[in-house]
Amino acid sequence: MREASLGYLMILPAVAAFGIFSFYPLVKTAYLGFFLAPPTPNLPSKYVGFQQYSSVLGSSQFADDVGRTALFVAFTVPLGIILGLALANLAQKHIRGIRLFRTIFSSTVATSVAVASTIFFTLLNPQIGLLSYAFGKEGGNGILNNPHWALPAVALVTIWQNLGFTFILMSAALQSLPQDVLEASMVDGASSFTRLRQITLPLLSPILFFAVVIGVISGFQAFGQIDLLTQGGPNHASLVLIYDIYQQAFQFNNPGYAAVLSIALFFMLMILTFVQFWFFQRRVSYANG
Amino acid sequence: MPTADHARRRRIWRKTIRYAVLIVAAAVVLFPVYITVVDALLSPQQITHRPPFLYPPSPHWSSFATAFSQGNLGVYLRNSAIMTLAIVAFELVTSVLAAYAFVFLRFPGRKVLFFVTLATLMVPGEATIIPNYQTINTFGLLNTFPALILPFVASGIGIFLFRQAFMGFPSEVRDAASLDGCGHLKFLFRIVVPINRPVIGAFGLFAFLGAWNQYLWPLVVTQSNSVRTVQIGLRQLSGVSFSQFDVLFAGTVIAAAPIAILLVLFQRQLVAGLTAGAVKG
Repeated sequence: MREASLGYLMILPAVAAFGIFSFYPLVKTAYLGFFLAPPTPNLPSKYVGFQQYSSVLGSSQFADDVGRTALFVAFTVPLGIILGLALANLAQKHIRGIRLFRTIFSSTVATSVAVASTIFFTLLNPQIGLLSYAFGKEGGNGILNNPHWALPAVALVTIWQNLGFTFILMSAALQSLPQDVLEASMVDGASSFTRLRQITLPLLSPILFFAVVIGVISGFQAFGQIDLLTQGGPNHASLVLIYDIYQQAFQFNNPGYAAVLSIALFFMLMILTFVQFWFFQRRVSYANG
Repeated sequence: MPTADHARRRRIWRKTIRYAVLIVAAAVVLFPVYITVVDALLSPQQITHRPPFLYPPSPHWSSFATAFSQGNLGVYLRNSAIMTLAIVAFELVTSVLAAYAFVFLRFPGRKVLFFVTLATLMVPGEATIIPNYQTINTFGLLNTFPALILPFVASGIGIFLFRQAFMGFPSEVRDAASLDGCGHLKFLFRIVVPINRPVIGAFGLFAFLGAWNQYLWPLVVTQSNSVRTVQIGLRQLSGVSFSQFDVLFAGTVIAAAPIAILLVLFQRQLVAGLTAGAVKG
């Protein structure tokens, strides 16, 4: 019986942490969604059961949040992957100085979301930002204050910040391709475009799928760039789901409302994580088999 | 031989075009960082000069000193380092222990507990932030290091990765070790951990980046300078008026420097950590 108690003891720290900071708060979040915040902070919150769930999830604000989140993902994921793949393809050939280019292309992994956002916050500043100057937008309200451009600008920052990671991932994927198949197609005289479309992309499809799934997950979790660049504005133009949760819970004192949104976010991310994990498990079992 | 000459000229052309595209792409990727470093070295008057300076004519280093003194960057960097090192240490220890138990020990409920571990991967921190904030508040831990660290002392991904790695360990070695009277803990720290150093190192680096770059949770649980991390410190700094932007530029450079240095030192391990599981290797 010593083996069993040692086993429990070794697992205890992790399981205790999961219980306190993962499972309990998940149940508690679902429970908080049953309570309506009082009109003034001193009054007790009111139990309303599922009523708050149905009113929040049926509201146009929620639909708009999800729509903007989906739009953000649609801006960031495909373009990010295409750019990462293009750079990886460009840096594949062993030519003089290629290591320097590889280092440059992967360099943005060194930036945190706060660093990347601050860099672009200054570049897009309407008074002194060089990008504002380059686009002839100096002196106005600024790109980040334009309802049409706020969300695309935040997406651009995100693509730039993630580019290093995407580049590293795509380079590793390209290097893992079976060289004999590629060489055979070159001997057959396939053009580089045909080779890309008919051989490289199909061989890459598992990794592209992986990149899409983690891109979508991180798109749903994108918070820092919104907070630093637009705070969800102007006029809700960049109010994604996670930012709405943050504002409702920590600025508008409305935890019940935020809890309902959190549960919605949880289910969306759970499905995506499930897909990612299923993929991961499959790859690992292939690699070991 | 005109055809050989023609082929050679075509090769040179192709190479030139490839280099041209590489250089343009590198310039676009690097531009935001480059211009931030340049602006950090300009005086406020030079920053607003038009056409803009694309290099510092007379480097003005005082903005870095101001970022440390007025912007509190030194304290923020120290806070980030404390938080990050503590999280990485806890995650490594709890993950190694749990993964060892899952692989080498037999006890009732082992499968269920491993399933519970995997289930945590489906619960994103963003969805549980309200009760976690309440928990930290209830224990009076707001604005303390434990608030920054406690929710991250264990990692489902770490346990999963280490379990995968430990499972590849030949069970004969374990049997031989136990015949020699080598207990579990000794076996773990003398044999299993040293042999699995690469995967532990790769995950450690991955955990380091994740912890260092955290934003939402530190924003919510810290209000005072004494525990604020550098990421949230940048948010604070970006509130300055644009006449003080030289300090903001310098602060950004300072905030980015530690990770940039780390990545230069551990480039290979980083690639291994970031692509673990995604690419066969």
